[in-house]
Amino acid sequence: MSLSDVLSPFSAWKNLFRDPVTIPDPLNDRPGAPRYRGFHQNDVDKCIGCGTCEAICQNAAIDMVAVAEIATKQGDSGLRPRIDYGRCCWCALCVDVCMTSSLSMSNEYKWVDHDPDAFCFIPGVDLKHWDSAELGYRRPEGHRLTGTERVPMGELEPEARADSFVEIVAGYDIEQAKLEADRCVSCGLCVATCPTHMAVPEYIATIRDGDYEQGVRLLYQTNPFSNVCGRVCTHRCETSCAARHEGDAIAIRWLKRHIIDQVPHDRIKQIAAEGRVSEPSRHQVAIIGAGPAGLTAAFDLAKAGHGVTVFEALPAPGGMMRYGIPEYRLPYDKLDEDVDVIRSMGVEIRCNTQVGKDVSIDQLREQHDTVLLAIGLHQGRSTRIPGSEHQDVVSAVELLRRITFGERFDVPTTVAVIGGGNVAMDIARSLARMQRQQHGQVGVTLVALEAEDLMLADREEIDEAREEGVVILPSRGPRRCLIERDAVAGLETVHCVSVFDDQGRFAPNYDDSDIQIHDAGLIVEAIGQAADHALLGESLTEALEWERNRIRIDADGRTSESWLWAAGDAVQGPDVITAVAAGHRIAASMMEAFAGTSAQTH
Amino acid sequence: MLYQPDRSQYPSRKPDGSLDIDLSSGKYLKLWQGPQHPGITGNMSVELTVCGDEVVEGKTHVGYLHRGFEKLMERRTFIQCFPIVCRICVPEPDFNEYCYAAAVEELAGLEVPERAHWIRTLILEMGRINSYLMYLGGQAGALGQGVIGQWTTYVRDLMLDRFEELSGARIYHMFIMPGGVRDGLPDGFDQRMEETLREIESTLADVKDVMFNNAVFKKRTVGLGYIDPAIVDQYGVTGPTARAAGIAKDVRRDQPYLVYPELDFEPVVGQDSDVFTRADVRRRDLLMSVDLIRQILARMPRSGAVMAPLPNVLHWKIPFGETYIRGECSRGEYGYYLVTDGSGYPRRVNVRGPSYTHAMALLERLIVNCNISDVAALMVSLHTYPPEIER
Repeated sequence: MSLSDVLSPFSAWKNLFRDPVTIPDPLNDRPGAPRYRGFHQNDVDKCIGCGTCEAICQNAAIDMVAVAEIATKQGDSGLRPRIDYGRCCWCALCVDVCMTSSLSMSNEYKWVDHDPDAFCFIPGVDLKHWDSAELGYRRPEGHRLTGTERVPMGELEPEARADSFVEIVAGYDIEQAKLEADRCVSCGLCVATCPTHMAVPEYIATIRDGDYEQGVRLLYQTNPFSNVCGRVCTHRCETSCAARHEGDAIAIRWLKRHIIDQVPHDRIKQIAAEGRVSEPSRHQVAIIGAGPAGLTAAFDLAKAGHGVTVFEALPAPGGMMRYGIPEYRLPYDKLDEDVDVIRSMGVEIRCNTQVGKDVSIDQLREQHDTVLLAIGLHQGRSTRIPGSEHQDVVSAVELLRRITFGERFDVPTTVAVIGGGNVAMDIARSLARMQRQQHGQVGVTLVALEAEDLMLADREEIDEAREEGVVILPSRGPRRCLIERDAVAGLETVHCVSVFDDQGRFAPNYDDSDIQIHDAGLIVEAIGQAADHALLGESLTEALEWERNRIRIDADGRTSESWLWAAGDAVQGPDVITAVAAGHRIAASMMEAFAGTSAQTH
Repeated sequence: MLYQPDRSQYPSRKPDGSLDIDLSSGKYLKLWQGPQHPGITGNMSVELTVCGDEVVEGKTHVGYLHRGFEKLMERRTFIQCFPIVCRICVPEPDFNEYCYAAAVEELAGLEVPERAHWIRTLILEMGRINSYLMYLGGQAGALGQGVIGQWTTYVRDLMLDRFEELSGARIYHMFIMPGGVRDGLPDGFDQRMEETLREIESTLADVKDVMFNNAVFKKRTVGLGYIDPAIVDQYGVTGPTARAAGIAKDVRRDQPYLVYPELDFEPVVGQDSDVFTRADVRRRDLLMSVDLIRQILARMPRSGAVMAPLPNVLHWKIPFGETYIRGECSRGEYGYYLVTDGSGYPRRVNVRGPSYTHAMALLERLIVNCNISDVAALMVSLHTYPPEIER
């Protein structure tokens, strides 16, 4: 210890001559740092109410609540996060995980309120003074807590598939499927979108857990056509997937297929039969048409112990799944597996039995308690342009059916296809394959009325058709079929400026100065289909209520005749999964009608 | 009885070794220090038995801050544990974030980008400075010297500003996430950090003049709370407390982690092992951290990823495994023992904070024969943070 130890402390007095270090007005002079994790902001228009923020919050500070001004719609639950500042710890995991980047935090420090309940609020809905703050914590670029990129699906290269009907899509292996399943945030927006409300997050979870049998169990709860839907479903679920907003949608369709691919067929049959009522059948149901709607209803009814007979005009069950969808998209043996499970429930399917010819609808009515009409759309529509009555101007559905029958008819070296939907793509790509097999080269021209970005076909169908050599000409309307010496020689088309008028009605507007002629020895019309209602007979047709050429049905699928239900493309459309949903609805509606009534004695 | 200068034999013991204290004699008084926040030591209390102004026995009582973090974590997913761990130590939360993240990364097999290692090291050194600044204020305050606390709080606040602009928060930074760190440095950070470091150096020079070169401080602290180097390992003493006893223990050098192998430093040691030496070792260690931050900013990579690609954290499962991750925090060795069982939740998390060993057994030993007026200074000199004892 020295004298300096006594004197040195007095150097603290020099601070008497310094300014204070405190900020005179900290409330206004000191804004939060640009990254400050302050009070929440939510862009409610961007928010889809997926609830991922609620799921990740470790304090349970976030609840998803309904908001009066925000409606539930496809891909948006209509719920918005409400945050309880009595629980929030400002960790910003909710911001990091937000699937749309709608949630962020302002750099605001201060919020004074006399009402303690005010601190439980819905950002973006309950307006706050920091809502327009430009600074604050945003998820840093590239900082993601969930996977954004879809695991690529293995497909045959164009050269390998262009002349063969072998299935194009390879399916995920277990490793790939686990990676893809890992990206799912289990929000369930897909469940709400799916017509039959498949338990998508739950069955994707079974892939992560490797519990495929449980996966099959979940699939069969809502859909007996998982082999089919795992390949050709229109996958509207993927359009409402939370992951698609800042990345790729989860490949829900391929994951469904992966589950069904992993379990042996016999085991699938056992799982599907779980809970089957084995008492002798009480009621008898006739189903006309072995397509997805008819067979789904048959599956449900037979599983519940009712007697079901399905009448199918064509030689094999499946309807459009077999006679419309080409084999390279849906191999027949996979469809057969799904149908086999349905048959194993005790469903009797009578093929080559045309109602109206082999058996009358009145007979069906007499011998059964109820009848379901699920006949689909098997008649092609015609453009009715000059020359379209020629025998080499054919409908796409007819041609596709012939291909399924295995007919090896000769395809001319040049073909024109009219239409821009998926059926047009199916026939164009099928004919291109046959041309390549027969002539070694492709000569298919497809003309669509719509512009390229408005074409009804799936994007991947258009791209793949082009890869296989099909020439696709959007914005062209057919004018006439050129017939030379009694044979089809070509198709004349004209540029289509717009398809719809101001009121949104179908009224194509053509530019007559732009005319092209496409060589074609065969012209295929793929502009839509119609149902063939001839089997109903005159008196029933008269008795039923109709709605624009379709039988009018109620919400349960029941027609104005109490014993007759109708479902599928013929009354609803447009795809397999909608038909499956209708099948379930009708089975439930029939069973409700059966309740309390005794079966007819047959 | 006359006052005996050798207090080691006092109070006397019974033949069975227990203290010979007869409370009914009127010679002794039971006194509680705490559990109200007694200065910087946080919510813990010492049950003192005093004879006159001399402590004859001290029993530590903890548990006033128990929130059960280790148990809470067993019910949270791996990502949900990340915002919790920082709360185990308020003044220096970053070690919890680092140790937890490193343990998860090791068991989950994540490869953390190089740049994240540098930013993590920077944050840990910034946190160390904050912790020491708080300590210096508390050590001086425990002896009635309030002005030091005002100065160190000011510079600590500047460092909190740096934390705020880097991590988005002042106290609980929640920035070191399993996989890396949330973001890179903001623009202009280096310059503002350099200004802050200069302010810290100048304040520390003042602190040296007013606190350390101070007859009163020396009179009160030299020789107080002597820790025999022989008991350092016996009592599990680590960090500056051990280094002040002349034992150069420093996890940064002994079991290097992050980018410490690439930095140039030597552990700061002292010899006298009393309250004064411990304070001085911490002051010098603080200046070393200032130097380390300069080294880090001069050499860290400025571009590249700061996060390893994570699996979907909402259902992140980690295979069977166990690991122990350690680091040198401002108070000694900080460690996380993590056991995973293949599920989405940690099976067991055990936090090894240095405060537990320092505040319990060691304090009970050092407090005997201490003057009541020195108890606060002695407690502070062990630099303990109770939430870490009661995690």
